[in-house]
Amino acid sequence: MKDIKKILEERILVLDGAMGTMLQRHKFTEEDFRGERFKDWPVSVQGNNDLLSITQPEAIKEVHRLYFEAGADIVETNTFSGTTIAMADYEMEELVYELNYQSAKIAKEVADEFTKKEPHKPRFVAGSIGPTNRTASMSPDVNDPGFRAVSFDELRVAYRQQVEALIDGGSDILLVETIFDTLNAKAALFAIEEVKDERSIEIPIMVSGTITDASGRTLSGQTAEAFLISVSHIPMLSIGFNCALGANQLTPHLEVLSKKAAFAVSAHPNAGLPNAFGEYDETPEQMADQIKEYLDKNLVNIIGGCCGTTPEHIKAIAQLAKKYKPRNIVVLTN
Amino acid sequence: MNKEKRKYLKLSGLEPMIVSAETNFINVGERTNVAGSRKFLRLVKEEKFDEALEIARHQVEGGAQVIDINMDDGLIDGKEAMVRFLNLIMAEPDIARVPIMIDSSKWEIIEAGLQVVQGKCVVNSISLKEGEEEFVKHAKSIKRYGAAVIVMAFDEVGQADNYERRLEISKRSYDILVNQVKFPPEDIIFDLNIFPVATGMEEHRKNAIDFIEATRWVRENLPHCSVSGGVSNVSFSFRGNNTVREAMHSVFLYHAIKAGMNMGIVNPAMLEVYDDIPKDLLDHVEDVILDRRDDATERLLDFAETVVGTSKEKTVDLSWREEPLQNRITRALVKGIDQYIVEDVEEARQNADKPIQVIEGNLMTGMNVVGDLFGSGKMFLPQVVKSARVMKKAVAYLLPYIEEEKRKNPKEEEANNSNGRILMATVKGDVHDIGKNIVSVVLGCNNYEIVDLGVMVPAEKIIQTAIDEQVDIIGLSGLITPSLDEMVYLAKEMERKNFNIPLLIGGATTSKAHTAVKIDIQYKNAVVHVNDASRAVTVVGDLLNKRSNQKYVGDLKEDYEKFREGFLKRTKKKEYLSIIEARKNKYSINWSTSEIKKPNQLGVHTIQEFDLKKLEPYIDWTPFFRSWDLHGKYPAILNDTIVGEQATSLFKDARELLKKVFDEKLLEAKAVYGLFEANTINDDDIEVKCVHNVKNQGVEERTFKFRTLRQQLKKHAGKPNFALSDFIAPKDSGIKDYVGCFCVSTGFGTKELAEAFEADHDDYNSIMIKALADRLAEAFAEYLHKKVRKEEWGYASEEQLTNEELIKESYKGIRPAPGYPACPDHLEKLTIWELLEVKERIGVELTESLAMWPAASVSGYYFGNPDARYFGLGKIKEDQVKDFAKRKDLDFEYAKKWLNPNLVDN
Repeated sequence: MKDIKKILEERILVLDGAMGTMLQRHKFTEEDFRGERFKDWPVSVQGNNDLLSITQPEAIKEVHRLYFEAGADIVETNTFSGTTIAMADYEMEELVYELNYQSAKIAKEVADEFTKKEPHKPRFVAGSIGPTNRTASMSPDVNDPGFRAVSFDELRVAYRQQVEALIDGGSDILLVETIFDTLNAKAALFAIEEVKDERSIEIPIMVSGTITDASGRTLSGQTAEAFLISVSHIPMLSIGFNCALGANQLTPHLEVLSKKAAFAVSAHPNAGLPNAFGEYDETPEQMADQIKEYLDKNLVNIIGGCCGTTPEHIKAIAQLAKKYKPRNIVVLTN
Repeated sequence: MNKEKRKYLKLSGLEPMIVSAETNFINVGERTNVAGSRKFLRLVKEEKFDEALEIARHQVEGGAQVIDINMDDGLIDGKEAMVRFLNLIMAEPDIARVPIMIDSSKWEIIEAGLQVVQGKCVVNSISLKEGEEEFVKHAKSIKRYGAAVIVMAFDEVGQADNYERRLEISKRSYDILVNQVKFPPEDIIFDLNIFPVATGMEEHRKNAIDFIEATRWVRENLPHCSVSGGVSNVSFSFRGNNTVREAMHSVFLYHAIKAGMNMGIVNPAMLEVYDDIPKDLLDHVEDVILDRRDDATERLLDFAETVVGTSKEKTVDLSWREEPLQNRITRALVKGIDQYIVEDVEEARQNADKPIQVIEGNLMTGMNVVGDLFGSGKMFLPQVVKSARVMKKAVAYLLPYIEEEKRKNPKEEEANNSNGRILMATVKGDVHDIGKNIVSVVLGCNNYEIVDLGVMVPAEKIIQTAIDEQVDIIGLSGLITPSLDEMVYLAKEMERKNFNIPLLIGGATTSKAHTAVKIDIQYKNAVVHVNDASRAVTVVGDLLNKRSNQKYVGDLKEDYEKFREGFLKRTKKKEYLSIIEARKNKYSINWSTSEIKKPNQLGVHTIQEFDLKKLEPYIDWTPFFRSWDLHGKYPAILNDTIVGEQATSLFKDARELLKKVFDEKLLEAKAVYGLFEANTINDDDIEVKCVHNVKNQGVEERTFKFRTLRQQLKKHAGKPNFALSDFIAPKDSGIKDYVGCFCVSTGFGTKELAEAFEADHDDYNSIMIKALADRLAEAFAEYLHKKVRKEEWGYASEEQLTNEELIKESYKGIRPAPGYPACPDHLEKLTIWELLEVKERIGVELTESLAMWPAASVSGYYFGNPDARYFGLGKIKEDQVKDFAKRKDLDFEYAKKWLNPNLVDN
């Protein structure tokens, strides 16, 4: 299969859209989540979307299929919460390896189907590595700012397990995403480097942070450029931003990355901002219209969608991206 | 210099720091080093980390672009202290914005530090002292953590102390790092050892010049790397003579920077400006630094005698203390520094005619800056919290003077230089004012002048007062649904009278949706929905900001228009049934098997004397906290990390006042309730038979009808369209069924108490007593419902429910209230009032908007069927309103006005 780095020089690659939004359409019940295997699980597992890779694999594969059909080059595995830390809520720490392995495996199966059909457009699987639900550089207790609910080492060990399973399951890329605390991401990247070293392998790494609000900073307070500098020791395939904001609000921060990063630049924004009812109602056309600005300004190499986006959104984005040349990835000095 | 394009050292805290050709020299703060600062060592030893943080803050404020942190001391646990201090720094955005230099001779401390900092740090330091293996191992690890590194010019043999050794060690270190470890060359910083000059020892003569020349060589021959060093060492032999030391530092830096030194540890307080050094001193110092004469040291020593004692105390950290008073106060508020605020406020007070002017002038000026910075995203919330603390401290200091002033001049009007005048009113027909009063107090604290017209204020009076008093903003509040229409009416009136001031909308039933869809379109100026007090301050501030308010109003209008469009689009998606179809899909109870219990006590009963204390266990405290803008469930809210402290203190005050109310019987509770035979007729009406024993005339039977409303939203298959009438057996079933209704009040006495508190300038307790009366009324309703279920009606005599279960409505049967979701029609209260003779029996009245007076009252129905449940009516169509008007014998337009909030598509 063609090297993804080569392809990135030729065209803009398209990442898939939201998994959660698509799964909500199934209105899965507690029983559906449990399936036969977990019917006696002691705690409620409804809402544990990662578990669906085991209990409803066909539904997950279907989502991957729809995104590939819509024109995505890369789909993300259904493993956003696939660490012992995030799975603790469901008491499913023991299942972390299997969840990640299975998720990668089924995504890879669908990707291979498509690559076989369309060898000129190889499809890739990015192992999705989420932020977990704890922050390593912020205290959850305002009265005790020096307190930390999780340590670097705890994160490193947890991420390591996820990384190994994602690689074993067949991920082509690792995607550390929705980074709201850079220290969490650094722990994940540390774990990835360890695994790469031990196995003597190379695997492309995508890193994607989250600017949480109008202040233009990550939740842990870093500006876009500070974030870029903090993870630049890793030989990344790409760096970018996803989630929290709609495409419009992301533009100035992508401009910073585009100007300063010696890596490919990615963006997978939400379908606008959620309305008062927590729903995303930006249409594919509206979103594509905003993403056109990125393309006109030549800001990105990889483009996709986060919360609220659907195959229709990805289709609109893919069709648009086709018409543009990718951003030049040059090694800049400043 | 290598032809390859230069790569720059890039570091990061919360913000980036790039060491480029233009940055000239990066100043590393050294005061957070236990080896360099005795004070810092003492604070860390005594675990006074708050004060230790202040040292870090001062350094950053003083211009340090990186801060060096060192905890290497035999008497402290260096690893623990490093982690703790770094964690605390991360919580201080104005310190954490700069990159950190983790300084230790122990690898475990360095690694522990690297694990707690999100930004790109500098490790200080590694060297070949322990051999290549250790050097490579640590370098690899640093690379993986993503930090830059300081490499000391030190090897297995010892420290580099001349030009050649500096070159030899730096070249060897560089080659290992770049070629073997693949360390990015731009992340390497050499510390080439700055040693003292003018020590009197011959071998020290070239210490400075060797460093400078070695620096030049390193920067020219080892591409992309940086050079750093601790500058104060160079002047070590002139300790005690700061004038000479400062000059030496400046001269050394001047030449070292020219040679390529681009980073270093310098105490900015110990630095003279090169151009300001007197010519003769400069010559003597340069002779020493550059080793220009054999007798340079002696000459400088002699010269130094003449400048002893002329040294001046300079502390760059505190230079802001020398600025004008207002700058200092503003800075203290913006930076959250409370150390000097009392002395500054005292100075301001002495300058002012009256102490209140310090608040209105100096402090508000500062707080406005805070507000602007926060509003534009340049300050974070924790900083604002600190600003508020400084403000409180300042106000607390001034308060006794203000009180004193008031005592001296009780009649004198307070100076009127307020931020603006705001009219606040609860609209006609509505009596609820807790939220309005809280907003008034908060705005008052922020120096707005409040014209409070109280409750039940007709639109005409609001309009007239606004004109007479020339107010800047009108704020309307209301809790019951008819108030929504009153607000629409007022907006129309403001438009008609050509008003041009903003309108604020608040209160429990108001919403952004209603404001956008119904009110905003009526009035050309801004109409803003504000439902919490803290937001009110910013909104009002923006609205009255003369420079930017036009844009703000424009943005608001646009925002509401967008919201309106989105909302209207959304509502159109829903499908509704005709009332005839909806009735076909009614909720069916199997009447042949349904348990119906005949009440033990039919007829109307009153409670006149009631011990309020009995209600204490029935109080649901959660809404009480909500009315004070504290959100969270009781009792968990008392331990909430954010509002817990405030909630606990509020709760304590509430309990104290409540005890007083109980002990001194300050409030009076009354209730009237009745249980009657009833049957549903014509689908949606409940026919109620009331049997009166009329004196001397035997028994009189009167019939009343409760008109219920039915859901019309098209439901999923199998889900019924509810009306309350579905819970009563239809007349044609031949089954005798029953219904009840009630009114309770604990509001008698509230008004008088509140007025007494207000007269005492005690807004806090005035609001408190009203909030408590509301809670007691709800508790009374709960208490009475239980009594009815268990005794009076008696269908649940076995019931054993805890208060939590009561609040969760786990009981059988329901008590829906007119004006609330199941029966939003307030007009039905009139029927209850007539049936129970509420006004005559207990004195609770209905206003023209059908709000109950006293406000702390609750009225409703009792449905006892086990299948009865709470539901929300949702939107209804006009056909039901027509039908309803006909059933009630009302004019259609009149009925429509009352049901307007529930009417779909308009």
